Amino acid sequence: MSETAGKTASKIKVATVWLDGCSGCHMSFLDMDERLLELGSQFDLVYSPLVDFKVYPERVDVALVEGAISSVEDEHKIHNIRKHTKFLIAMGDCAVTGNVPSMRNPFGPEAILDRAYEQNVATQAQIPCVIVPALLEKVRPVHEFVKVDMYLPGCPPSADTFYTVLSDLLAGRTPDVASLTRFGA
Amino acid sequence: MSAPVDVKTLVIDGVNVSGSAGQTVLEVARENNISIPTLCHLDGLSEVGACRMCLVEVKNSPKLFPSCVLKVEEGMEVTTASDRLKHYRQTILELFFAERNHICSVCVANGHCELQSTAQSQGLTHVRLPYRNPKLDVDASHERFVLDHNRCILCTRCVRVCAEIEGAHVWDIMGRGIDSMLIADLHQPWGESSCTRCGKCVQVCPTGALSEKSKFGAEHPKHPEFLPYLNMMREGQ
Repeated sequence: MSETAGKTASKIKVATVWLDGCSGCHMSFLDMDERLLELGSQFDLVYSPLVDFKVYPERVDVALVEGAISSVEDEHKIHNIRKHTKFLIAMGDCAVTGNVPSMRNPFGPEAILDRAYEQNVATQAQIPCVIVPALLEKVRPVHEFVKVDMYLPGCPPSADTFYTVLSDLLAGRTPDVASLTRFGA
Repeated sequence: MSAPVDVKTLVIDGVNVSGSAGQTVLEVARENNISIPTLCHLDGLSEVGACRMCLVEVKNSPKLFPSCVLKVEEGMEVTTASDRLKHYRQTILELFFAERNHICSVCVANGHCELQSTAQSQGLTHVRLPYRNPKLDVDASHERFVLDHNRCILCTRCVRVCAEIEGAHVWDIMGRGIDSMLIADLHQPWGESSCTRCGKCVQVCPTGALSEKSKFGAEHPKHPEFLPYLNMMREGQ
């Protein structure tokens, strides 16, 4: 990004998204601490659990997606995100592999809901069915639904990994992800 | 007078090397600091060529060969790293991850797992195949150890160390293909088997399939390096 390119119009638009994950990736993202200020001056955070925009923008340059696809809402969101995003990064093991949310896959959603809302509840046991979205039969990684441009495994990827990857991308370089992080890191 | 050593000279990755007849390409490569990834191989155990991570190319053959069972030959030209081999190795790793439930973040072996570290060293950042997510058992019937089938890659290191080193042959593989399963004795709970409680299988397991109870992650480094030493001491007696 050149200094003369204008301060608002040409800044890279970055979004972060929280689907079926624990927000640990977002916490690790924040663990970049003061380095966030340095990076933040190079892009606009246009959508994120960390800011207050409610609607996913029309045009996003880079989206970091945390979490697996577990519900009909996640599925709807990820298709919408893909449609409006140039470069989609699967952030963390849940987005990349399904990780902990996918541990319900061998049992199925009915067994899990029964365990959580019927068997282990002292009073008024009931499975939530209004407002909350229906669970999909299986929890799947993001790339089984939409094209993913970069994978950032790790549970969570470290702050150093985020910093190196984002610095490289902002400078137009392709980061060597496998040298920085791994499944379960 | 000792018998003259039958020396074979060959080329591995463009380097002239030599080994004695009967040595494998993997052995000679490692003696010459040429690294080839492996999972089922372990120094001190017999070779089974099961995991296919150590596949190499040999000039004038369209086939790939598992270097752990490929004997050195005079004039052989071996390639251990190429785009083709990288593709196959990554695909094999993807098959391992997709076959059972390898959830690295909550695995007892996180940080000490050879499947995890090999995936990283081979540049694997995601699995293109759909995960099978089979429903598999965890056998915690043993007083000291746990068997988690979710993490097993069927390398048979445990089978071999128990049969060849401990001499108990408690472990074996039941079934065929994707239904293959590690079993104790005649498919009994581990705790009720003829296990001698030596723990060698736990030490050689490359993943979190065999672990010590109440140990997790950083507390659970494994020490497979004891095997060559044990063999050396026995041969010396």
